[in-house]
Amino acid sequence: MTFAAEIVALVIATFLAILGAAFAHDSLFQAHMGILALTLAIFTLVLMRRTSFAGAPKDTSGYMDGPVRYGAIATMFWGVVGFLVGVIVAAQLTWPDLNIEPWFNFGRMRPLHTSAVIFAFGGNALIATSMYVVQRTTKARLFGGNLAWFVFWGYQLFIVMAATGYLLGITEGREYAEPEWYVDLWLTVVWVAYLLVFLGTIYKRKEPHIYVANWFYLSFIVTIAMLHVVNNLSLPVSFLGTKSYSAFSGVQDALTQWWYGHNAVGFFLTAGFLGMMYYFIPKQAGRPVYSYRLSIIHFWALIFLYIWAGPHHLHYTALPDWAQTLGMVFSIMLWMPSWGGMINGLMTLSGAWDKIRTDPIIRMMVIAVAFYGMSTFEGPMMSIKAVNSLSHYTDWTIGHVHSGALGWVGMISFGAIYYLVPKLWNRERLYSLRLVTWHFWLATLGIVVYAAVLWVAGIQQGLMWREYDDQGFLVYSFAESVAAMYPYYALRTLGGLLYLTGAIIMAYNITMTILGHQREEQGFAAAPAAAPAE
Amino acid sequence: MEMDYHTMRAFADSWGLAFMCLVFVGVVAFVYLRPGSKRDAEEAARIPLQED
Repeated sequence: MTFAAEIVALVIATFLAILGAAFAHDSLFQAHMGILALTLAIFTLVLMRRTSFAGAPKDTSGYMDGPVRYGAIATMFWGVVGFLVGVIVAAQLTWPDLNIEPWFNFGRMRPLHTSAVIFAFGGNALIATSMYVVQRTTKARLFGGNLAWFVFWGYQLFIVMAATGYLLGITEGREYAEPEWYVDLWLTVVWVAYLLVFLGTIYKRKEPHIYVANWFYLSFIVTIAMLHVVNNLSLPVSFLGTKSYSAFSGVQDALTQWWYGHNAVGFFLTAGFLGMMYYFIPKQAGRPVYSYRLSIIHFWALIFLYIWAGPHHLHYTALPDWAQTLGMVFSIMLWMPSWGGMINGLMTLSGAWDKIRTDPIIRMMVIAVAFYGMSTFEGPMMSIKAVNSLSHYTDWTIGHVHSGALGWVGMISFGAIYYLVPKLWNRERLYSLRLVTWHFWLATLGIVVYAAVLWVAGIQQGLMWREYDDQGFLVYSFAESVAAMYPYYALRTLGGLLYLTGAIIMAYNITMTILGHQREEQGFAAAPAAAPAE
Repeated sequence: MEMDYHTMRAFADSWGLAFMCLVFVGVVAFVYLRPGSKRDAEEAARIPLQED
C-alpha cells in the first residue's frame, strides 16, 4: 500500500494536534492547534484518496522532478499572495482606515507580508531550484526517496502555521523570525531533512567536481540552520502555550537578532539566489560563466565577510562601539565580492549581448544582477555610521530592502521559473514571450517608482527629525513627519501595484504553459539589416 | 588561563584574524596559482551545459 506510513503518521499527528487544542494553556494556542489539526486532517484525506493497494513499482531511475514541479507552482502562488499583502500593507500605511482590527491591522499584516515574500516565495524558489540544479550538476537522483516530498510539504505546513499565527497575534517579535517556539521546532526538523537531501545527493554524485552553484546553495542551507537555531533559543512558558522568552537579554539579544537578521539577507536572499544565478544565467545564455575562478573567490569572500556585518543594524545603540565599527567595516569590504559576483554574472553575456534584446528571460536575469549590484552598493554606503545617522529608522531603509528584494531576488527567481517551467512539463516553449516582456517592464517600472519615492521620503524624514531651530528646539514633531509622508506612501503603493500586476501576468503565462497552450505571436527576431539611406 | 570576554576578543582580533586572512590568501593562491587550475576551472564551468 502506498503512503501507508505517511497516513498513519498524519493521523497520529492530527490526533496530537487535537489533544494540544483540548489541553491548551491559552486560547491562542487552542486556535492555532485547531488550525493545525484541520490542515493535517485535510492532508490525510487527500493522501487516503490517492493511495493504492496495487503497489506498482515506482520508477526511480532518472531525476526526481516532482517536488521541483510542485515547488515552481508554490513559488508562483506564494509570490502573488505575498506581493498582494505587500500592496495591502502599503495602502494601510497611506490610508489608516484600511486597518481592520484585530486580525488585519498593519502590525499583524506586515510580518505576513515579509514572511510570505521572503520565506514562502523566496524559500520555495530556493528549495525547488536547488533540488533541480543539484541533480543536473551532480548527475545524480535526489537522495532519500520521499524525503524530498517531506521537505516540500513540511515547508508548506511551516508557512501555513507561521502565517495563521501572525494573524492570530502569535509572535516572538523578532524581525523575520516571528514564529513562536513550536513552529520554529517544526522548521528545524524540515530544514535538517532538506540538508540531508541536498548533502546526500552531493555525496552520491557522479560528477567529481561540485559545481559552484551547489556551494552557494549549501552555504545557504547550512548557515540558515545555524542562524535559525541560535536566534530562536528560547524557553516556552508552558508546554501547551504560545508564549516563550529568549535565552538572551538586552543588547546581547539585540545583537543575536541582527546577526540572524542580516545573515538572513546574506545567506537566504543573497547566497541562495547567487546559486540560482550561477546555474540559470549560463543555461539561458548557452555559455559558461565568465570566470569560474572568480566565482570561487566570490563564494569564499562573501561567506567570510557577510557573517560579521550584522552589527550595522545597531549603530548608535548600547552595542559596544568597536562592534558597531566592525559591522560597518565588514559591510564596506563586502563591496568587493558583491561587485565581483555582479561583474561575473553580467560578463557571462559578453559576446552575446544581443540576447538582451531578443530574449526577454535573459533581460530579466540581467536586470536582476544589475539590481544586485545597485543594492549591494547602497547597503554598504548606508552602513557607514555618518550616513546611517540620517537613514536609520527612515523609509530609505525600506526602499533599499525592496530594490534588493524586488529587483534582485524577485527578478532572478522569475527568470529561473520562466526557464524551468517549459523544461519541467516538457513544453516546447513558454505560452507567450510577449507577456514576459510585459511582466519585465511592469516589474521594472514598479521597482523604480518604489525605490525612488522612498529615497526622497526617507531622506526627507531623516532631515525633518534632525532639524533644530536656533534655540536648540526640534522644529518638527514626529506626527508632522508622518503627515508629510502621505504622497510618497500613495506613490509607493502604486509602485507595488505595478509589480503585483506583472506577477499576475506571469502566473497566467505559467498556468497556460503548464496546460500546454502556445500563444501565436511574433517572435523577437534579430534587428533587420541596416538599409542604405535613400 | 581564564577565558573571559576580553581574552577571547583579544584572541579573535589577533590570531583569529591572522588565521582567517591566511586561509583566504590560501584560497586565492589555490584558485589562481596552482598549476592546471585554469584548465580545471574551464572544465568545471562547462558542467551545467553538458546536458539538457
